[in-house]
Amino acid sequence: MDTDQLIRTLTADNAYRPRPIGLALMMALLAAAPVSLLIFFAELGVRPDVMTAMHNPFFDLKFAVTLALAASAIAVSLHLSRPEASLRSFGWWLLIPAGILVAAISGEMMMPQRTPMMTRLIGKNSVACMTAIPAMSLPLLVGALYGLRQGAPARPAIAGAVAGLLSAGLAATVYASHCTDDSPLFVATWYTLATAIVASVGALMGARALRY
Amino acid sequence: MREREDEWTDLMRSAISGDDAAYHRLLKAITPVLRAAARRGLARAGQPVDQSEDIVQDILLAVHLKRQTWDTSAPFAPWLFAIARNKLIDALRRRGRRIFVNIDDFAETLPGETPEPTASPGEVTAQLQALPARQRDVLQSIAVDSASIKDTAAKFAMTEGAVRVALHRGLASLTAKLRDR
Repeated sequence: MDTDQLIRTLTADNAYRPRPIGLALMMALLAAAPVSLLIFFAELGVRPDVMTAMHNPFFDLKFAVTLALAASAIAVSLHLSRPEASLRSFGWWLLIPAGILVAAISGEMMMPQRTPMMTRLIGKNSVACMTAIPAMSLPLLVGALYGLRQGAPARPAIAGAVAGLLSAGLAATVYASHCTDDSPLFVATWYTLATAIVASVGALMGARALRY
Repeated sequence: MREREDEWTDLMRSAISGDDAAYHRLLKAITPVLRAAARRGLARAGQPVDQSEDIVQDILLAVHLKRQTWDTSAPFAPWLFAIARNKLIDALRRRGRRIFVNIDDFAETLPGETPEPTASPGEVTAQLQALPARQRDVLQSIAVDSASIKDTAAKFAMTEGAVRVALHRGLASLTAKLRDR
């Protein structure tokens, strides 16, 4: 097939309208979400004292951190799906959840505490946190990568890592309603480690799946 | 140069809103620029330049299949050159070269520079043979026999919708085969 013939063929296919990436990503995440929720309700469930916990600002702050991570990672993912995009212009969005976390830690430091710092940091649920967040992230990560395959990222591994961040953000949001450790020190340690695991898996998978 | 790139942007906007003639003109207009850049990239990597047409076709397929990632309010050329650069790097890497491709290779092509294809490209043609029969027939009918969608539908006793689907799937799997070879 010579190039003129190829051009004619591509022109004949001009009527085909691919789905916008935002829509493709959203639909893929919606398809994957029930799997993650099934893992959550089968293995964990919402903590029993959730009604009282809601009045604790540090319980609510967990959601602010994880939702900020999910939202900023979704925005950066969509940005990186364009071939000429790089992390340089939008990457700082990913610092928003970290900023909220730092503010929460300093807030907690200024308050009188009954338990010592190391006890709050180590908490009771570190193992559950480190297993549940990656396990619940995995279906979302597969979905996100599937949706983002519509895109054309210049650096597939980086785009995959950000897809990992977004899946971990969503999974951690659900997990936070189970976890009884509300100290921002716990979140900064264990949630971050779990998120880093998912981001690494995302980078490995993305390097293959997101090539175009 | 700026004029040329503005024209591309206009053509691509028209193409996306359904103007096939504009799309055809755009692809014809960018091809010599891509060809010159591919040749320069190969030459710099010490590779025979007669493989440039395979790279050009690779880029054109990616432009086609990824055009929804172009932001219609942005200029077209930077988007095009980003895809072209990525595909050129891929092609050189596959040939065992790690090489830095300068984006200026694309932007600096002079409008007067219009090289003709050197050798007939083999990679797309080879992968075409590996496609499912229906997709291959439809692609061949439209590409090689220059039949319209309508004529192709009549020839294979398919609906026009089915021809369109086979055509698009064929192009997509062709690209996937080229990428994963």
